[in-house]
Amino acid sequence: MEPASPPQQAPAGSPGPALELRGIDKRFGPVHANRAVSLRVARGSIHGLIGENGAGKSTLMNIVYGFHRADAGEILVNGCRVEIGRPRDSIEAGIGMVHQHFMLVERFTVLENVILGAEGGRRLGKGLGEARAGLERLGREYGLDVPLDAEAGQLPVGMQQRVEILKALHHRADILILDEPTAVLTPSEADQLFRMLARLRDQGRTVILVTHKLREIMAVTDRVTVMRQGAVVHETPTRDTSPRALAEQMVGRSVLLRVEKGPARPGEVLLDVRGLEVRDRHGVARVKGASFALRAGEIVGIAGVSGNGQSELLEALSGIRAPSAGSILLGGREIARGGVGPGERRSRGIAHVPEDRLKMGVVASFSAEDNVILGYHARPRYNKGAFMSRSAIRADCGAKMASYDVRPQSPGLRITAFSGGNQQKLVLAREIDCDPSVLIVGQPTRGVDIGAIEFIHGRLVALRDAGKAVLVVSVELDEIMGLSDRVLVMAGGEIVGEIPGAEATEEAIGLLMAGVKGDHGR
Amino acid sequence: MNRTGGLPRWAEFGLLPLINLCAALLISGAVIRLVGESPWAAFKLMAAGAFGAQDSIGYTLFYATDFVFTGLAVAVAFHAGLFNIGGEGQAYIGGLGTGLVCLALGSWSPWIVVPLGIAAGCVFGAAWAFIPAWLQARRGSHIVITTIMANFIASALMTYLLVDVLIKPGQQSPETREFGPGAVMPAVHDVLARIGIPFAQSPLNLASLLALAACLLVWVFIWRTRWGYALRVVGQNPHAAVYAGISPERAILVAMILSGGLAGCLGVNELMGSQHRILLDFPGGAGFVGIAVALMGRNHPIGILAASLLFGALYQGGSQLSFDMPHVNRDMVVLIQGLVILFCGALENVFRAPLAALLGRAGKGART
Repeated sequence: MEPASPPQQAPAGSPGPALELRGIDKRFGPVHANRAVSLRVARGSIHGLIGENGAGKSTLMNIVYGFHRADAGEILVNGCRVEIGRPRDSIEAGIGMVHQHFMLVERFTVLENVILGAEGGRRLGKGLGEARAGLERLGREYGLDVPLDAEAGQLPVGMQQRVEILKALHHRADILILDEPTAVLTPSEADQLFRMLARLRDQGRTVILVTHKLREIMAVTDRVTVMRQGAVVHETPTRDTSPRALAEQMVGRSVLLRVEKGPARPGEVLLDVRGLEVRDRHGVARVKGASFALRAGEIVGIAGVSGNGQSELLEALSGIRAPSAGSILLGGREIARGGVGPGERRSRGIAHVPEDRLKMGVVASFSAEDNVILGYHARPRYNKGAFMSRSAIRADCGAKMASYDVRPQSPGLRITAFSGGNQQKLVLAREIDCDPSVLIVGQPTRGVDIGAIEFIHGRLVALRDAGKAVLVVSVELDEIMGLSDRVLVMAGGEIVGEIPGAEATEEAIGLLMAGVKGDHGR
Repeated sequence: MNRTGGLPRWAEFGLLPLINLCAALLISGAVIRLVGESPWAAFKLMAAGAFGAQDSIGYTLFYATDFVFTGLAVAVAFHAGLFNIGGEGQAYIGGLGTGLVCLALGSWSPWIVVPLGIAAGCVFGAAWAFIPAWLQARRGSHIVITTIMANFIASALMTYLLVDVLIKPGQQSPETREFGPGAVMPAVHDVLARIGIPFAQSPLNLASLLALAACLLVWVFIWRTRWGYALRVVGQNPHAAVYAGISPERAILVAMILSGGLAGCLGVNELMGSQHRILLDFPGGAGFVGIAVALMGRNHPIGILAASLLFGALYQGGSQLSFDMPHVNRDMVVLIQGLVILFCGALENVFRAPLAALLGRAGKGART
């Protein structure tokens, strides 16, 4: 058994396509997710696939991996037509995929996870032994060293990602698809990943990198394909293009990559957080003594790799989770204790745009208008005595849609029928319109297209200029750097540093992000 | 992606239940053929038994009234994300409340006793539902388990009360003495006779109007008040509820109290309207039929009305069938009812995907 034999049909770097897609077409009901997509990926190259959220990248890759079946079109691997109806077919064709959300069994060891789906016979012992030898060799070859006997769920995310890559290689993948692989990595971990991908390419394997980050495309790919609204709109060698040109292809018009804003005029402290400690339900401290102040008329950004306590901080500030220690003062009054829940905080002027829109920010089965009153449904403006006023709610939703340019302007339409950007605009409209003094925003533009990103950033800056305090938590460094008047960096549950917005560079933030979690970012 | 699975509304609420019903009748027909009777004749007998005469219509509507109460009870809890299996026990205990009022105040004017009896049914049913609700909200005990257990406890408690405490002295059968003349929900045929319209005698009584009013109230509450809105948010997305400052615990308590109160109205129809005493096992499984009714009616009052009519017809038509066809016994009728519940409730998704695909293809063909 040679689990990791290099591709045999052709030598490394030869020009024949490793993967070719011809006229792939896919509809989900009324949504035309892929429109006659054709794509050639050269063997031994790193091919970037870029597009806004909802452009059809993930659908296309899920078709290649066998999660969805195309309505029309064909897939060729190494020049041979293959029928891919389920993941097993694509694994047999030599395609491996590393998903954005890892598909690991957390309680299994790394070794057990890697052989999952390729156990090598009925008796596990034999397969495990062979796999161990093969993996140790692979690890040496690609610098992918991972403790094989550690429990997968206990490993840091960067390491878990390596396990996914090892798994694909162990399943003899010659073509490796990575879907948004850097979403969970620090900049230095991302660099390390890219070096590893380059080594894989140099060994003759083919890598497809799906991302919406222009920087990564420019840094690591050989060719890049741009998708927009389900179709391929542009393909070029990476060295012949620029981030600006790619962004314009993605959106279909010229875009501002910088946030336009004047200098901040910070006023009085509106929100004062002192020694805040938040524990999860297992009693583990996720926020460890965070202290900071938020002033009127400024945007403070919190940068950090996701999972370093930002979610818990957001939940504590908005009243969803009770802190175990410390205090939160809103205009000098303690709100961390005394049962000041999310509803009461809203009426005192703290609005919250949650980081996970579909999990928390909206009710997916409700219409847009029913979502636009969420959290404010008991306000007199939406009620007439005991009854809700449907006409007032509809009129209010229509007005919000008009002023936030939400399309289509149909208050009765189910919220999930709107794009991510339009959903986020509605959430933002809901939270801003009730005139909060403090706005807490988690991942303001997650799953949001570039056009809506500009709009949302503009609104946040306008809110700041109106003398409100804005706290932005984001894993997108570009967003943090573009928006913030001050940047706080969070790592391991602590606020490890503060940088004035004007001096915030990726290097400076990255160093702070990695400083505390240095053991992860080897 | 969404709950209707991409079906248009008319197909979701009309065609799909119809297909499910037809599938159930098809298999029932096959079983009837197996025992040597003609399925066609059997179904004709059932239909005639349910709707063929004034008194049979009266019985059908009487049974349907029971199912409206229990179906609404299941639906209200369901909107808050709770699967209330305890309708049977809540109806049983609710009936105890109604019955106690009727026994105690039976000689008073009906204008006082009837409203008090209704109120007592609601309060007792709600109180019985409050126990599992509190356990779910405060202790995280799963409502399905606790409501099932509460059914058994209710049954045992009522047996004890009827055999040892409330039994009419000097008789063997475990039931109370008859209610006094004031504790009677007027029968529909009596009311109609008074205004000069003759109608055959049946147990159908004015509790049916109460059931209709309950449908309207439930609709208004769920879709037109902020409390109903809060309930639906909790049922659809508990995380969003917490984020919005809605307490899921409170919503659970409110939903279950309403649910139990609705189930508790069953005694108004059965006891005050028809039996005029408390007797053993008077809910007779209506609490469980309510689950099927709510599922088939898509938890909407109008759907629940329609599904209740169907199940009322199955009950009444079925008993007629077992009476008239020698090879079709009572168990066979239960089998038919079971098949309808199976296809319309438990297996309601079997035909959904094929139907969606079919309609999708037809729709695409129409567009191009």
